[in-house]
Amino acid sequence: MVVPSAPPVEATLSQIFRAFLLVGATSFGGGVMAYLRSSLVEKHGWLDDEGFVQFLAMSQSLPGLNSTNMAVLVGDRLRGTPGAIVATVGICLPGAFLMFFVGMLHRQHGARPLVTAAFHGVTAAAVGLVAAVALQIGRKVLTRVDDLAFVALAVIGVSVLHQSVLIVLFVVSALAVWWYRPRDDAPGPPAR
Amino acid sequence: MSQLPALFWVFAYLSLLTVGGGLAAFPELKALTVERYHWLSFQELIRFYSLGQIAPGPNMMMVTAVGEHVAGVIGALVVVIAFFGPTGVLTLGTGRLWRRLEGWRWRDPIQCGLAPVSVGLLVAGAISLAKGALIGPTSVLIAGVVFLLLVRTKINPAVLVLCGAGAGLYAFGLG
Repeated sequence: MVVPSAPPVEATLSQIFRAFLLVGATSFGGGVMAYLRSSLVEKHGWLDDEGFVQFLAMSQSLPGLNSTNMAVLVGDRLRGTPGAIVATVGICLPGAFLMFFVGMLHRQHGARPLVTAAFHGVTAAAVGLVAAVALQIGRKVLTRVDDLAFVALAVIGVSVLHQSVLIVLFVVSALAVWWYRPRDDAPGPPAR
Repeated sequence: MSQLPALFWVFAYLSLLTVGGGLAAFPELKALTVERYHWLSFQELIRFYSLGQIAPGPNMMMVTAVGEHVAGVIGALVVVIAFFGPTGVLTLGTGRLWRRLEGWRWRDPIQCGLAPVSVGLLVAGAISLAKGALIGPTSVLIAGVVFLLLVRTKINPAVLVLCGAGAGLYAFGLG
């Protein structure tokens, strides 16, 4: 995997900020990556498709949210540290304000019976949503039968044994990385 | 005010667990904000999390609602800085290092190993959310319908979650 090198085009800090702010304000319903791709690749031409996929793969294996990791990586590539900062602030700002006001409204009206009833439906729908997202990601990244064992171990660790996510993350990841360790006699793990 | 340092550390810590997505950190988010610090109830957390899923931008902007809940504007600000600052710096550094790790023989095993673990953590997060949100047959039905529609069609999830609000009003509000 080759990380794209020099920026293909010039982008000013204000252009970067506005591009990420727009994605942060319009990507209702999740799926931010699709919005980012259409903005960064198609609209602005700051990345080609290959570069986008490579940044995406990095975003997914680093701690932090995929979308803000993308903002940091792309912003840094275009304009260094200031670029990373304005991109991250831009993509977070609209949702942050919205959820801030949701919190305030909820304090005043959250206990009303009709609000409670509506929220029963909203939270149930969110369960369906996260289950669908987990399935879609699983279909995409699980390529070998062995993978299923590590999925199961992580689920058991958190949901059955009630261990902290940190411990499960470290223990099961260590096992999995060791399982896919580099071998001198084999070409190594399959490329993803 | 006295809660601010705890707010900072809790959300900085949680951000490091979001490998693969914010949902991975949900069980720990519940353990810390609900059970350990009693900042809000499990039902309140689930409500914020659910609305956060359809809010635009990164899908964990609900952290500002928790910060606001605990300590107003300053609480929201502290939480955002804690949640996005440290991981941002980490990503910046790793991004620049990544090219140099190109020939490193452990790089692919790390990517291959982390992928299934992050999926497992997403599933565990979904289970934790489901335990609080699925309170009876009606909510199971709503979740099931939303799941099937999302897997089979290209409907925007925000539309389905709003329909969920309508279904909730109809099922639980007109009793």
